[in-house]
Amino acid sequence: MSVLVDKADLSLKYTAHYNEVKDELFANSSDILNAQRKKAFQNFVLQGIPTRKNENYKYTNLNPAFVPDFKFIHTREEKKADMGEVFRCDVPQLNTNLALVFNGWFYKNETEKGDLPEGVILDSLDSISKERPELLEKYASLANVEEDPMVALNTAFAKDGFFLYVPKNVVVESPIQIINLLQDEKDTFSTQRNFILVEDGAKVQVLLCDHTLNLNQYLNNSVTEIFAGNNAEVEFYTLQNQHNKATNINSVFIDQQRDSRVTTHTASLHGGLIRNNLQFALNGENAEAHMFGMSFMDKKQHVDNFTQVIHAAPHCESNQIYKNVLDEKSTGAFAGRIHVVRDAQKTNAFQRNNNLLLTDEATMQTKPQLIIDADDVKCSHGATVGQIDEEALFYLRARGIQEDKARLMMMNAFAHEVVKEIKLEPLRDRIDELVDKRLKGEVARCHDCAYQCDC
Amino acid sequence: MLKIKDLYASVEGMEILKGINLEVKPGEVHAIMGPNGSGKSTLANVLAGKEDYEITNGEVVFEGEDLLEKSPEERAKEGIFLSFQYPVEIPGVPMVNFLKTSVNEHRKHKGLKELTAGEFLKLMREKMDLVDMHTKLTNRMVNEGFSGGEKKKNEIFQMALLEPKLAILDETDSGLDIDALKTVANGVNALKSPERSTIVVTHYQRLLDYIVPDFVHILYQGKIVKTAGKELAFQLEEKGYDWIKSENGN
Repeated sequence: MSVLVDKADLSLKYTAHYNEVKDELFANSSDILNAQRKKAFQNFVLQGIPTRKNENYKYTNLNPAFVPDFKFIHTREEKKADMGEVFRCDVPQLNTNLALVFNGWFYKNETEKGDLPEGVILDSLDSISKERPELLEKYASLANVEEDPMVALNTAFAKDGFFLYVPKNVVVESPIQIINLLQDEKDTFSTQRNFILVEDGAKVQVLLCDHTLNLNQYLNNSVTEIFAGNNAEVEFYTLQNQHNKATNINSVFIDQQRDSRVTTHTASLHGGLIRNNLQFALNGENAEAHMFGMSFMDKKQHVDNFTQVIHAAPHCESNQIYKNVLDEKSTGAFAGRIHVVRDAQKTNAFQRNNNLLLTDEATMQTKPQLIIDADDVKCSHGATVGQIDEEALFYLRARGIQEDKARLMMMNAFAHEVVKEIKLEPLRDRIDELVDKRLKGEVARCHDCAYQCDC
Repeated sequence: MLKIKDLYASVEGMEILKGINLEVKPGEVHAIMGPNGSGKSTLANVLAGKEDYEITNGEVVFEGEDLLEKSPEERAKEGIFLSFQYPVEIPGVPMVNFLKTSVNEHRKHKGLKELTAGEFLKLMREKMDLVDMHTKLTNRMVNEGFSGGEKKKNEIFQMALLEPKLAILDETDSGLDIDALKTVANGVNALKSPERSTIVVTHYQRLLDYIVPDFVHILYQGKIVKTAGKELAFQLEEKGYDWIKSENGN
């Protein structure tokens, strides 16, 4: 019983906080964001912080992450970090348009002007929702507050994040890189709300890098909604590289229209608890969705990828490959739901999850789920959990390759299938390098980054 | 070069090698023949350092040093090469990376400078001709999608790159058609030198038509029961293994 009371208390702490800062949340916010707050809050109150009894959170206990007395940042703070330094943290040979999200708030890169084509907007959600409300008509239409309490909590607290708009037929040549930093003197709860609107025939690549800059405890609860119009092309990369005291709850919702192509890559290199919710809705014919994920966990780290693909239109294709390497006492989960609705004929849906356990203490839970209401479809799924192939290891050693090096080659090989799908070549090289460092037990960090914290 | 003295080895409590004695001198070619289950592959794997086997007695001295103390990678770098009976496919590890790492580990061990990518590719091209290796294979992942013959060819190609002192060919002829057998045997013969020794482990005599042994040993129930010159292989081909079995009380 005491567990139930504690859990109720924990949710109460957050509802009490909302009531306390309600005026602050509504003040200085746009009507668009405010219009969703109340309903979202009510939905959070109804559902509470999810427990393992919630089927969608069966393998991840979020409750301990909500225990610390967090500081919330509901108003824009003066910049604390030296932006010039932060913006050196880029991918070499990758000419990107950089922007910064700091504790959930968007800051423009004023030191360097990017080369965004005319009409493209990369700005703060807060200001665009006030200045160009017509661009945010679909705000909160994908992220359903009734289905996930974390989405509800995000929508209730949402103040800022990044906003990206690519108008019809515009091709953004250089990738857009957004650096998410968490840094405060106190343990901090950060809410980030992002919105990406890619109109018909437009093309863009977005790279998100999540970092923590000191050893305080962080809980980052972010929601991103992405709309890909007819024939639009979006590549969305997420590189998660935080520390062991950070919890990252990251929900991404994608709406795809006719002939669009969207690819997501989620690389979880480091983090205490990582939960990635990824939902694709294929709403137009001939849409193509590709989802790739990889994680490298050790100590007591936990990663949980929860994907949902809704095939709502015929002739669409979805493809998922998720790979985890789990060392020491780390734990992982993958749950992938594919729903083919009635009339979504000629659907091609493919899903695979492969896991490599390096110790007897590491554990992995994997659960595919197919719901098929159409009759002319091709769906497949597969999952494996295994150890390093000892025969292959011996083969490499018998050719003079040291055991640790041979193991490393095998682990890199395991991850390679996912890494090779990264189309941005400099990013692929960078991830290759980060993966290699991560597997060697070195802290994988952007070497150009000024913030070399030992965490 | 290699001295095996009274070697006993078991796997999961079952004794497989029951007192092997064998001496191989530089430049010699030894064939080890025997019926299935006699312990031929076990001997090859024990020499290469596979950890599934427990050595319960005896010693193996290679170039004056205790071999059994060493890890598989140390043995390889000191000049022992095992051509696998069943080469493993390793998806995700490109052939070129694997070969370059292997060659450079050997070079480091010898105190030589590591080869650059360019230097390595040059060396690789040279050795490819020796066994008629194609770039369509070296451009792939290690053994991935290789036919049986291509896998064996790849083993000899690696041998050519690593230039071992002692090559152990474990059933290199199994699964090969006559043309592939010739190519592989030609590769082995091209690598023959007065310093390099070879142990050919085989069930059949036909490989020995191409790789001519100085000695033929017959392994039966974990022991070498007969040793003679190459004529022994022909005798065996003629009389079959039943001859050995009946001579040894079965």
